[in-house]
Amino acid sequence: MNSANTAQAEGPNAYPSAAPLEFRNVSKRYPRSDRPAIADLSFSVPAGEICVLVGPSGCGKTTAMRLVNRMTDLTSGDILLDGESVTQRKPAELRREIGYVIQQIGLFPHQTIAQNIATVPKLLGWEKDRTQRRVTELLELVSLPSEMGDRYPAELSGGQRQRVGVARALAADPPLMLMDEPFGAIDPINRERLQNEFLRLQAEIRKTVVFVTHDIDEAIKMGDRIAILREGGVLAQYATPDELLARPADDFVARFVGADRGLKRLTLSQLHDIVLLDVPTAHVGDAASDARERAAQRDADELVVLDGGEQPIGRLPVARLNGQPVSADDADPLTSTASRETSLRDALSLVVADRNRPLVVLEADGRLAGLVSLELISAALRPADGAGSPEAARGAQR
Amino acid sequence: MSGVLLAPLAAAPVIPDFGRGSTCIRDNKLFCWDWVQSNWGGTLRPALIQHIELTLIAVVVGFAISFVLALAAYRWSRLEPPVGIVAGILYTIPSLALFQLLVPVTGLSRTSAEIALVSYTILILFSNILEGLRNVPADVRDAAEGMGLTRWQTLWRVELPMALPTIVAGLRIAVVTVVSLATVAVFIVNEGLGAPIYAGLQNAFKTELIAAGALTVALALFADGALVLLQRVLTPWARTARS
Repeated sequence: MNSANTAQAEGPNAYPSAAPLEFRNVSKRYPRSDRPAIADLSFSVPAGEICVLVGPSGCGKTTAMRLVNRMTDLTSGDILLDGESVTQRKPAELRREIGYVIQQIGLFPHQTIAQNIATVPKLLGWEKDRTQRRVTELLELVSLPSEMGDRYPAELSGGQRQRVGVARALAADPPLMLMDEPFGAIDPINRERLQNEFLRLQAEIRKTVVFVTHDIDEAIKMGDRIAILREGGVLAQYATPDELLARPADDFVARFVGADRGLKRLTLSQLHDIVLLDVPTAHVGDAASDARERAAQRDADELVVLDGGEQPIGRLPVARLNGQPVSADDADPLTSTASRETSLRDALSLVVADRNRPLVVLEADGRLAGLVSLELISAALRPADGAGSPEAARGAQR
Repeated sequence: MSGVLLAPLAAAPVIPDFGRGSTCIRDNKLFCWDWVQSNWGGTLRPALIQHIELTLIAVVVGFAISFVLALAAYRWSRLEPPVGIVAGILYTIPSLALFQLLVPVTGLSRTSAEIALVSYTILILFSNILEGLRNVPADVRDAAEGMGLTRWQTLWRVELPMALPTIVAGLRIAVVTVVSLATVAVFIVNEGLGAPIYAGLQNAFKTELIAAGALTVALALFADGALVLLQRVLTPWARTARS
């Protein structure tokens, strides 16, 4: 039993929330196999980041993950968790400090949801009260009603069970989480919801996470860093999603990330990552000459018409200003708008659908934020280097 | 008490208590309730209690042996074939033959009877415990290991509780089998409901045979029902899983 852990004070903030993880020349060979399952794997994951292991089947990504909590023992090299070799630890004790989520979830059907979540706290010898409070806290964290604690796993839907699986893995606030295709068995709609929920959760709890998937889109969505493995457990590339998409290391990586990697990069950024175009505005009732002058100053051929509450109501081509005061009736209604959270990919789609006309972007309160044009989006696609890149912006924001 | 019972057996009068009983007994009707009432305390109740003892000891000892064997075979799967074969052979030996085989070794004693009865439970209990453990889904075992349960903790906290329905199913078969087989034990030890059944077979008066036979059936049904209830209480989750 780990006394350092049980002696901690209450609440999640009292625990080490995340620890760095390092693979150092790790190899795994199975007896009676001529090829290694993992070959000289080296990479490190900074504390609090999600590292996705991705690759075709047979690339050893799950094996690599299982080496961390010693479900499989490595042949050579070392894995350091918080600077300490995992090979020096007793496997059972090590595992209690590492959250573990698998595709089939593996909830204990004979235990209630609360008992399932309390598994590791119980192993660590927590007091009943503390465990009880933690269970309530975790159910809330994964958006499940607290009454669900008394139910059995068979009574829950697949998505609910997966949330319980995550809550159970987080119970003792482990500094590292291992997740093996955690959303692989969930239908696409619920998978996306669970992915978003987990990203929101991760923004709050900031664990170091090793996340295994075979789905490159999931890897790009979930990963701060992605390790692409090829058959035989060889690391093909270890990079941020943006770098991976912008500069694949070789043909294998380029093929694996797909021919549409340019478009995939667009999903990595949202409109608040780029500087929008300024657009001249006119209020309903403004004199036509004023409006025309304002458009001319910016060299624009259209204005956005605002109502009294500064809310955009339409787009008015300068050519339609005919001496009458600006009127809502003359303007084209806003058929499509984007928000700051819209991804560049979705923005591109909306722009193209509107015959390449720049798209109106609104703030959360409905006020005008600016315009986004085809040129702006394609500029964001230039290979990422440092501060100005979408990825850097995304990293800073997360 | 067995000596008392054996004496009339040896003398074998056609109708026991002839001349002192009711009209039902004197007319040798098929079933005489008043005979049951007057022999309940002296014959039937002690026989029933002995029968319960014979059954309980056999099932408890048989379960203990099977449990250890099943755990060993679960851990080292190479052990399963030899254990299975021996248990299978024991199970197929006719009970009468097995009782007789044991007499030269352990004599005409309760021990002989228990050894024979225990040997019939092992195949059923061993197979069911082992199957229950093996039916635990691999992902549940993987999750248990991944969360840091030791092998022993996984066994006691996860695998055995999950195997309970299969284990109780085995216990039900074992108990019913032993309740019925224990009547045959009368050939080596004059105990249990087998004694009045055997006595009843020796004469034309059928009440004793019918009453003891009915008690045996009732005991088997009662024990089976009790185990069903026990399982419901122990595995509330199994019910929700089905609904």
